[in-house]
Amino acid sequence: MLVTYIEAIRQAMDEELARDGNVLLMGEDVGVLGGAFKASAGLQEKHGADRVVDMPISESLIVGAGVGLAVQGMRPILEMQFIDFISCGFDQIVNSAATLRYRHGGQTACPIVVRGPSGGGVHGGLYHSQNPEAWFCHVPGLKVVAPATAYDAKGLLKSAIRDDDPVIYFEHKFLYRRIKEEIPAEEYLVPIGKAALRKEGRDLTVITYGAPVHAVMKAARDMAAEVDIEVIDLRTLLPIDWATVKASVRKTGKVLIVHEARLTGGIGGEVAARIAQDCFEELDGPVMRLAARDVHTPFAPAMEDYVLPNQEKITEAIRKLAAY
Amino acid sequence: MTEQKDRELYRWLRLIREFEDRISALDKQGKLMGGVYSGKGQEAVTVGFCHDLRWDDWIFPLHRDLGAYLVKGADPKRLMAQIFGKRDGFAKGKDSYLHGGDLANGIFGATSCLGATLPVAAGMAYKFKIRKEDRVAIAFFGEGASSRGDVHEAMNFAGVHRLPVVFVCENNFYAYSTPNELQFGVDNVADRAVGYGFKGEVVNGNDLHDVMKAAGKAIDRARKGDGPTLVECKTYRYHGHSEHDRADYRSEEEVITWESRDPISLWEIYLEKRKYDIAAIRKETTGEVTRIVAEAVAFAEASPAPEGPEAMEDLYAMPIDTEAP
Repeated sequence: MLVTYIEAIRQAMDEELARDGNVLLMGEDVGVLGGAFKASAGLQEKHGADRVVDMPISESLIVGAGVGLAVQGMRPILEMQFIDFISCGFDQIVNSAATLRYRHGGQTACPIVVRGPSGGGVHGGLYHSQNPEAWFCHVPGLKVVAPATAYDAKGLLKSAIRDDDPVIYFEHKFLYRRIKEEIPAEEYLVPIGKAALRKEGRDLTVITYGAPVHAVMKAARDMAAEVDIEVIDLRTLLPIDWATVKASVRKTGKVLIVHEARLTGGIGGEVAARIAQDCFEELDGPVMRLAARDVHTPFAPAMEDYVLPNQEKITEAIRKLAAY
Repeated sequence: MTEQKDRELYRWLRLIREFEDRISALDKQGKLMGGVYSGKGQEAVTVGFCHDLRWDDWIFPLHRDLGAYLVKGADPKRLMAQIFGKRDGFAKGKDSYLHGGDLANGIFGATSCLGATLPVAAGMAYKFKIRKEDRVAIAFFGEGASSRGDVHEAMNFAGVHRLPVVFVCENNFYAYSTPNELQFGVDNVADRAVGYGFKGEVVNGNDLHDVMKAAGKAIDRARKGDGPTLVECKTYRYHGHSEHDRADYRSEEEVITWESRDPISLWEIYLEKRKYDIAAIRKETTGEVTRIVAEAVAFAEASPAPEGPEAMEDLYAMPIDTEAP
C-alpha cells in the first residue's frame, strides 16, 4: 500500500495499540485533535481515551509517568509535540528512565518510546527545527533511532514499542508528507541496531540518516557518471551498526558523514573517530563530515538554507572527497 | 488500636532509629562510602504512611526514607548490603543508599533530582486507575523538592484524573541549609493543594497518631477512587543534610526544642498512658532491634563486593551487540 511517512507512523501506533492492551499513547493534543501533525488521527476514537491520553503541557511528567507505567508492565508511547520540547523532559529521560534498570540492579525493564517531530527545512525557526539526537546518544541505557523512509518509520516504531528498553524515536517532520512509498500490507518489523545499505558503490561511502538520506541518494544518482557512491542509512544511532559501517569503509576507503544536526558534538564525530581508529589502514582520504553549521536553525529561508546541509553542499562535499 | 498494634508500631519506630544510628556510627568509623542521609527524627512519618499499606501498594520514598523501605517490607539485610554497595544490595552495588528500590515489595528507587519520583508515582497511579485496581501510590518528597517543576506537574496531572496517589511532604524545615522562608512564599506546602483541586492537610509529623489518622484518611480516599491528597508532615531531622554536614545553620535551641518532641518518646508516653508495661516493652524491643541490625551489618559485611566488569551488567533489558573489529 502507498503511504506517507506520517501515515506509516500512525499505522505503527494503531497496530501496536490493537495488538497489545498494555500499549498507550500519551502526549499533548494526541487524542481529540489527533496530534499537531495528525500522527494519531482517529486513534483515541478507536482505542479509547484511557489509552490515547491528552496530557497537560508537562513534558517532564509525560516521560516520568511513562516510567511509572513501564514499571507496571505497560508500554507507553510518549509524544513530544515538537522534539524541541524534549529538553523539558530531559531529566526524566536521562536520570530516571535511562538509569531505571541499572540502578535497580536489573529488577525491571523500562519499555517506553519517546517520539516526536524533529528536523528543519520547514521554516520552523529555533523551536520547531531542532535535531537533538546527539544529546541522547551520550546516555547509556537508551536506544536512539531516526528513520528516513516510510517503511522504516513503521517498522522501527513497532520494534521500539516492543523493545524493553527506553527508545528515543526521532521522526523527521520534513518527510511527513513529502515522501510516499509502497509498504507491505502484512505486518513487518525493522530491527533496532541495523543500518541499511541504500546503494552499493565502489568509490566512496556516504554515511547518513534521517532526511538527508534522500538528498544523498539523489546525489548518488545524479553523480553516477563521475563517482560510484555507496550509501549507508544508519537508522539506529544508539547503538550504531559498526559492522555495516566498517565493512563499507574498508571496501571504498573514503567516507563522508552527512547529518542535519550541528557539526560539533554530533553523531558524525563519533562515527569519524571510530573509523579513524579501526579502519586507518584502509582509508584513502580524510574522514569528512557535512553537518549543519554551529548555530541555531534560523527562521528566514536564506539563512536556514545557509545553515543546513542541502543538495548543493552534499554534491560539493562528495566531489571534494572523490578528488583525494 | 490493639495492644499488639501499638507495640508493633513501637517496634518499627525503634528498628528504624537503631538502623539510622548504626549507619551513622558505621559512617563515623569510615566503613561506608558516599553520602549518608539520616532520617533520624522523622520516623513517625514513614511508619505512619507505610504500616497499613497492602503489599501490592507502591511507595516512592525520598532519599531520607530508609524507614519506609523497612516498614514496606524490604529485607534489613539487603538494605544494609545496598548501603554498603555490595552485590546483595538492590542495585548490586551500582548505586548506594535509596537509589535502588526493592520493586518486588513495591518500593521505587529515587534519583537524586528530588521530586522526580512524583511524576513516576502519578503515572503508576494512572495505571491503577484505568485498570480499576484498588491500589495506591504514596509519593514522599521534601519541602525543598516542592519548589521543583516535577512536583507541580505530577500534582496537576493527579488532580485532573483524580488519581489514587497520596503526596506526602516531609517538611523538616531545611532543604540542606535553606529554610522554609527562602523556599516558598506560602505558610504551608499543603496550602497549594487547592491549586490542584484536591485536599491538603498539615499534620504534626512527629506524632504517630496524627500521621496515621491523616494517612488512613488519605489512603482510604485514594483507594475508593476519590482522588489524591497532599499531606504535609511537619517534622525535623536531627542530623545534617548528610553526615558530613554539621548543620550549624540551625540554632542549638531549635534542635533541643525538636528533640523534646521526639516521635519515639511521644509514642512511649502514649504506651505508658495505655498502662502497658513500658519497661518490659522497651527492654524486649531493644533486644530485638539490636539483633536485627547487627545481623544486617554482619550480612552486608560478608556480602561480596561486585567486580569491575559487573559495571556493564543490567544496563539494557534487550542488549544489542553491534560491535565489530
